Amino acid sequence: MRNLMTPLAVTAYTATSALGQGLTAQLDGLRNFRSGLRPNDFSSVPLSCWIGRVTGVESTSLPHGLASWDCRNNRLAWLGLNQDGFLDQVRAARERYGSSRVAVLLGTSTSSIGASEETYRRLDPDGGFPDDMLRPLLHAPHSLVAFVTAALALEGPGLTVSTACSSSAKVFANAERMIRLGLIDAAVVGGVDTLCDSVLFGFNALELISPAACRPFDATRDGISIGEAAGFALLERADTAPQAPQLLGYGESTDAHHMSTPHPEGLGAELALNDALERAGLQPSQVDYINLHGTASLKNDEVEAALVSRAFAGGTRASSTKGFTGHTLGAAGIVEAVIALLAIKHGLVPGNLGGDTPDPRCSDSFAWRNEQQQIDVALSNSFGFGGNNACLAFARAGFSA
Amino acid sequence: MSTLRVYVEGIGLWSPQMADFAALQTLLSGSTPEPPAARPTAATLPPNERRRAPESVLLAVEVAGQAVTMSGRDPAALACVFASSHGDQPVTDYMCATLAQAPMEMSPTRFHNSVHNAAVGYWTIATGCHQPSTAIAAMRASFGAGLLEAVTQVIADRRPVLLVGSDTRSSGPLAEVTHCEQPFGCALVLAPEASASTLAVLELELTPGLPLTPPDPPLAVAYLSNASAPALPLLAMLVRGSGRCQLDAAPMLGLQVDVTQVDAENIDAKQFT
Repeated sequence: MRNLMTPLAVTAYTATSALGQGLTAQLDGLRNFRSGLRPNDFSSVPLSCWIGRVTGVESTSLPHGLASWDCRNNRLAWLGLNQDGFLDQVRAARERYGSSRVAVLLGTSTSSIGASEETYRRLDPDGGFPDDMLRPLLHAPHSLVAFVTAALALEGPGLTVSTACSSSAKVFANAERMIRLGLIDAAVVGGVDTLCDSVLFGFNALELISPAACRPFDATRDGISIGEAAGFALLERADTAPQAPQLLGYGESTDAHHMSTPHPEGLGAELALNDALERAGLQPSQVDYINLHGTASLKNDEVEAALVSRAFAGGTRASSTKGFTGHTLGAAGIVEAVIALLAIKHGLVPGNLGGDTPDPRCSDSFAWRNEQQQIDVALSNSFGFGGNNACLAFARAGFSA
Repeated sequence: MSTLRVYVEGIGLWSPQMADFAALQTLLSGSTPEPPAARPTAATLPPNERRRAPESVLLAVEVAGQAVTMSGRDPAALACVFASSHGDQPVTDYMCATLAQAPMEMSPTRFHNSVHNAAVGYWTIATGCHQPSTAIAAMRASFGAGLLEAVTQVIADRRPVLLVGSDTRSSGPLAEVTHCEQPFGCALVLAPEASASTLAVLELELTPGLPLTPPDPPLAVAYLSNASAPALPLLAMLVRGSGRCQLDAAPMLGLQVDVTQVDAENIDAKQFT
C-alpha cells in the first residue's frame, strides 16, 4: 500500500527547553550531562515533585500587535521562534513560495489552558470571565497555531494536532502528505506545551509523577517529571537544500488497548516503528541512534525496553533524554526530533541521564553515558495517551538507504 | 496542484434535532424529523464504557458508528481523523473549576478524558483499530481542516479514512467564550476509489479564504450554534446529491468542495481492470 517516502529537507530547526534557549543550550546541556530539572516552584498550590521549567518565559513579551495572544504558552512559543535564526528562515520561505504555500502544523497537549485555569481562579463575583480574559481564541486548543500563524504572517493550511504526547511528532507526517500532494511547498512543524496545573495535578491524580527527578529506564524509577518546551522545524523538498538533514520516514499507529497505559506487548509502538522503517527504506541495522520515549513511568519504559531488545542489536544506540528536559508532553516529539538531529550533526549519543541502576530489561543498546560516534540515521519515538504512537526517522544529508 | 478527489461511503450526523443523516434529509424535504434521545446512543462502545464515557466521546462515537455502518467497512481497517474545536467542554470546565478550588482532588479519570484525543482513543479501543489515528483542532475551521487532513491521508496513502467533526455543548463559565449552544457531530467515511458503496464524489480545491454566509433556514440556527456545525452546508449538499459549497480550512484559506454523483459505468469498468 505504501511507497518509499521521498525524503524532505529539514532546512531549519530549534528547541527551547529546561536546558535553555536554542540549540546551543540544548547541546551544552547534553554534552555536560546536566539535567535541566528543578524542584517544583510552579503550581498554584505546592506539589512535591520536580519540573522542567524554561527560564525566561515570564520576561518574554509578545510583539506589538499580537498582545491579545498573551499567555504563558504563546510567550514560550515566541521565545522559541526567536532562537537560531528560525524567524529569518521562515521569512525566506514565505518570500520564496508565497504565504499561502507554507503551512503551520503544530502539536500541543494543553495549548493555553493555563490561561483558562487562571480565569477560573479569578472569575468575576457574578461567575463571569474578567474582561481581560474575554479572548475566545485563547481558550481553545488552536490558540498556539493561530498565534504562530499570525506571528509568522502565513496564510496556508493551519492545523493543531493534539494527540497527547505524540502530537508534535505526528505533524511531520501531516507536512509530508501535504507537500507530496502539492498542496504546500513548505511547512513549519513543531509544538509547544507549557507547565500548567492541569497536567501537574492531573498526572499527580494518576499517580504517575515521581517525587524526585525522573529516572528513565532505572530499575527503581517511580514516575515522570513534567517539563515545558517549544520546538520548531521547517520542512521543504529535499532538492531545495541538498546540504540539509532529512526526514526519511515516519510511522503512526494506535494501540487500541487503554486510555492511559500502553499496550503490554508494545504492539502499537512496534507498528509505528515498522511503518517508519518501511517508509524510510531502512533495515533496523542501519539505525545508529534511537531517542526513546522513555518517560520513566513503570509501564512505558518496561514495554519500550522490550521493543528495543526485540527490534535492534547492540550496534544501535538508544537512550531517553527525559532526564534532561522532563517530559514535555505535546512538545516531546519536536524536542526529541531536534535532539536526534543534534545527535546526527555532532556525532553525540546522549546518555540516558537518570538511569544509574539500569532496569535489567534493557539490552546492550542502551547508552547510559554520553558516547561519541558518527550517526547517519536517528529515530525518535513518541507515544501518547489514548494509545497514540509515532516514530520519526532522520538522516544526515546525502545518506542513502 | 490537481483537484483532490475522494469517494464518500458513509455519513453520520447527530444533534438534538437530528438523530442521523436521514433526519437531515427529512428536514430539508420540509418535514420535522423525530428528535433523538437526550444522550447519543454510541452503540459501538461496550455498555460499561458507554456509562462512563464523557459527552464528547458519546457524540463522536455515535456519528462515527453511523457512518461506518453505512459504509459496510470494517472499522478496524479505517485510519481516523477526529476534529473538534474545543474537545470535551464539560470536562474542561470541571478541570478548571477543580483546579481553582481543590487541585489535589482532581479525578484521574476526568484527567485522562480531558485529552483532545479521548474520543478517538475510546473509538479505536472499542473497534480494535490499530491504524493511524489523530485528533485535530482549528476553531470554527476544525471540520474543514479535518476534511483536508482526511483527504490528504486518503489520497497520499490510498487508504480509507473515517473523519469525525464534533463539539459538545458549552459548559460553565467557559460558555462565555466558546459559544456552543448545543452539541453537534458528523462523520464521513472517505475512500480513494469508487465502489459499490459510493454515495457521492467529493472534489476539493484550496482557495483563498472567503467570507462564509450561514445556510438558509432550517439550518441557519444550528450552523451558528456549534463550532463543528460549519460542516452543515456540505452535509446538505450530500442530501441534494450534487452542488458546490465553501468551507474554511484555516483563517485565510478556503476549501471549495464539489459534490457529484458517482458515474455507475466507471465503477463497473473498474471491476474488470
